[in-house]
Amino acid sequence: MATTVTGTKPLTKTGFGGGSKSRGPNGNGSPKRNGHRDAFFDSRSAVNRYRIGMWVAMASILMLFTALSSAYIVRAASANDWQPLRMPRVLLLSTALIIFSSVTLEFARRKLKSGEQSAHKRLLVLTALLGLGFLGSQLFAWRGLARQGIYISSNPHSSFFYLLTATHGMHLLGGLAGLGFLMSRSRLSTDDELAAAKRQAQTDAVSLYWHFMDFLWIYLFLLLFLWRQQ
Amino acid sequence: MSVETHEAVHRHEPPTSFIRKYIFSLDHKVIGIQYILLALVAVIVGMAMSVLMRMNLSWPGTNWPILATLFPGGAPGGVINPEFYLSLVTMHGTIMVFFVLTTAPQGGFGNYFLPIQIGAEDMAFPVLNMLSFWVTLVGFIVILSAIFFSGSASTIGPIGGWTGYAPLSALGQIAGPGQGMGMNLWIISIAIFCVGSLLGALNFITTLLNMRTRGMSLMRMPLTCWAWFTTAVLALLSFPVLLGGGILLLLDRLAGTSFFIPGGLYVSGILSGTNPSFPVHTGGSPILWQHLFWFFGHPEVYIAILPGMGATSHILSTFARKPVFGYRAMVFAIFAIGLLGFFVWGHHMFISGMSPYSAMTFSILTLSIGVPSAVKTFNWLGTLWGARIRFTTPMLFAIGFVSLFVAGGITGLVLGQTSLDLPMHDTYFVLAHFHLVMGVASIFGMFAATYFWFPKMFGRMMSESLGKIHFWITFVGVYCIFVPMHVMGLVGMPRRYAQFTEYTFLTRLHPLVVFVSVVAIITVLTQFLFYFNLIWSIFKGKKAGANPWDATTLEWTTASPPPHDNFAGVLPVVYRGPYEFAVPGAPNDFVMQTEPETETERVGGNGHNGHRH
Ligand code: HEM
Ligand SMILES: [Cu+2]
Repeated sequence: MATTVTGTKPLTKTGFGGGSKSRGPNGNGSPKRNGHRDAFFDSRSAVNRYRIGMWVAMASILMLFTALSSAYIVRAASANDWQPLRMPRVLLLSTALIIFSSVTLEFARRKLKSGEQSAHKRLLVLTALLGLGFLGSQLFAWRGLARQGIYISSNPHSSFFYLLTATHGMHLLGGLAGLGFLMSRSRLSTDDELAAAKRQAQTDAVSLYWHFMDFLWIYLFLLLFLWRQQ
Repeated sequence: MSVETHEAVHRHEPPTSFIRKYIFSLDHKVIGIQYILLALVAVIVGMAMSVLMRMNLSWPGTNWPILATLFPGGAPGGVINPEFYLSLVTMHGTIMVFFVLTTAPQGGFGNYFLPIQIGAEDMAFPVLNMLSFWVTLVGFIVILSAIFFSGSASTIGPIGGWTGYAPLSALGQIAGPGQGMGMNLWIISIAIFCVGSLLGALNFITTLLNMRTRGMSLMRMPLTCWAWFTTAVLALLSFPVLLGGGILLLLDRLAGTSFFIPGGLYVSGILSGTNPSFPVHTGGSPILWQHLFWFFGHPEVYIAILPGMGATSHILSTFARKPVFGYRAMVFAIFAIGLLGFFVWGHHMFISGMSPYSAMTFSILTLSIGVPSAVKTFNWLGTLWGARIRFTTPMLFAIGFVSLFVAGGITGLVLGQTSLDLPMHDTYFVLAHFHLVMGVASIFGMFAATYFWFPKMFGRMMSESLGKIHFWITFVGVYCIFVPMHVMGLVGMPRRYAQFTEYTFLTRLHPLVVFVSVVAIITVLTQFLFYFNLIWSIFKGKKAGANPWDATTLEWTTASPPPHDNFAGVLPVVYRGPYEFAVPGAPNDFVMQTEPETETERVGGNGHNGHRH
């Protein structure tokens, strides 16, 4: 019995990071590096939190849109008052703009990696402008619908259209704030190794988010205009 | 690598201004205490409401002059009217579930101790951490203000229960008392709360993944950390769903949409669409709200209880002076409970008219949660088995937690079966079940945590004798309150009714109803002993050293209270698991996690290696 109640780790293991043999990701660098004393406080490990945090945040945003999508699907199937909207043409422009903005941001990220500061900054500004263009184009779509007398309460499809575009737009505003943050950082010098790694991690995190918004919009676009168009 | 020294020995000095230090603090310890204070205030409000409800049930017509001034609409002449009773039910449930059970265990103790127990200086994102508290506080202020609104000149507050079922909650003013502004504020408060919790969850998960100190592998974490982590994952994935549902509900109320409102409703004598006060609605699905709500709601009960489970495991092991029985099984059980918790929401909807096949699926999944729950229970008993227990106050409350969890869990197995739930749904039986297993058990977990960690947080011990009186009255009290409620439920007493005087088949129960109320009042009053003990001990308690309980985890390696950066600039290094009590061959009966291996251990001379690999 004595051994069964002693549910702790054996005392005989040596070295740091005993515990489980197959080690989970603990963010302190790659599994290979983890547990080796000298590499432990590698600067990349501490800044990894921005990337991890962004993945976690995206999981939760994904749940929000999953909930709204399931409401959409249930609502579309549960009654016969569904009147599909004609797709506002300007949404094609929105889609093009946001895809393009993802591309420019990806370039911006690479430029930072290769140390081309001013190109990096210019691409950030371009991305933000494209993002603003996307939002403008979404508002234009709203105005078009409102001109035809289609408001949020007009019918279930319009309710979801306004709701989903607004929710996505609000999240995109968060992305713009992120870009603004990166721009405010781009004046800082990057001599310090840790500061440089941190900035790279923050840039990675913001671009992760931005691409996520891009993907999310394409998904919503398909859901809104392909899912149920009798 | 130049960074290493930079990070490891740099001391972070605390901010000096009062505001940055105690109000808008970025220090996870201060934020943790702020959360605990919030819960301590919220629970007084919740308890006061429960007393009002109990007195209304057992002594209808009780006159409260103060209510007459505060709520002229809800308690005209000081006597609670039925609508106000329902609003009290709603407020009590909402405040208890959200602002007590979701704040203190996770935001409070989790915030304070998770970083210290994994050997970190702070949370990963201190600013987000601060925001999460302040957002939650705003949510609390909004919910408190909700009870002073109704819309139609009288102060009643929201009526809808903590579940806010549609279509009642979706219709607005037309649906009668309690459906006006108060209901809007209720929804808004919950939405705000969701945002605050999400910020917190994000922080917990990132901190745990990214900031564990050297040697702190996942399987060397205290079970408390596992519990907080799982809770954060549950919150991260379930609160967005409630938030989504809340947005839809608010749109139905304010923007005239029909997500949850079906067509052809006839409310307060008006058919939908025939009067400007009741615009036309078609095709919405009230059941959709139930799905969204309970997809969040069931994980929520685990959000409330898991931190208590973690604290209980931790405390049982410490005072049994034995390692937790089956550490690994405990970790998997926590995860299994969390995971299964996402697939059982339908057990709250057996009477919603769902297909018997889905009901059966939900029923089987629900009963299967019994397996990891039983694993936990038996491992707790295994930890206690044959131990020379130190019966301190935290230990008593931890044992009380196990007792309540079992007592409430057993009726869960009853309610999880469709055929039994159909007649018992919405009776006092359900009320008794969830109060024991979720409400009071979690509260006991928090009491245990408070008595246990108080010396670390304030550098002084709480009074043991007051603590023991507090424990025994509360322990006996809650059983005397909630066990009779099972009987009432079996007789058929419905939940959320303001009075039972008109129901002849319930008059026989009246003595029991009065008994419960009397005990409830005594139990509530006893809680002031706890408050007194808290405040008194902060100033006058016996001085505590760094490790008053002879415990092993990292928080006991630093000063009480810990310095601003937790470990005074030198991060601890971890060499072993969290519960090394009664280690054969060790000089003390406990070995701290920071204790390096001895030579004997390294060569395996302690007599129990070999067969462990
Ligand atoms: C002193 C201890 C407590 C007493 C005497 C008490 C009493 C009550 C009473 C009388 C009701 C209303 C029953 C009805 O008319 O349907 C109620 C409902 C409720 N209570 Fe408590 N309560 C206590 C503690 C708690 C705690 C700690 C929680 C935390 C989870 C809690 C959560 C709830 C919930 C969720 C409801 C249901 C509200 C609803 O129907 O929407 N209670 N309680
Ligand atoms: Cu449930």
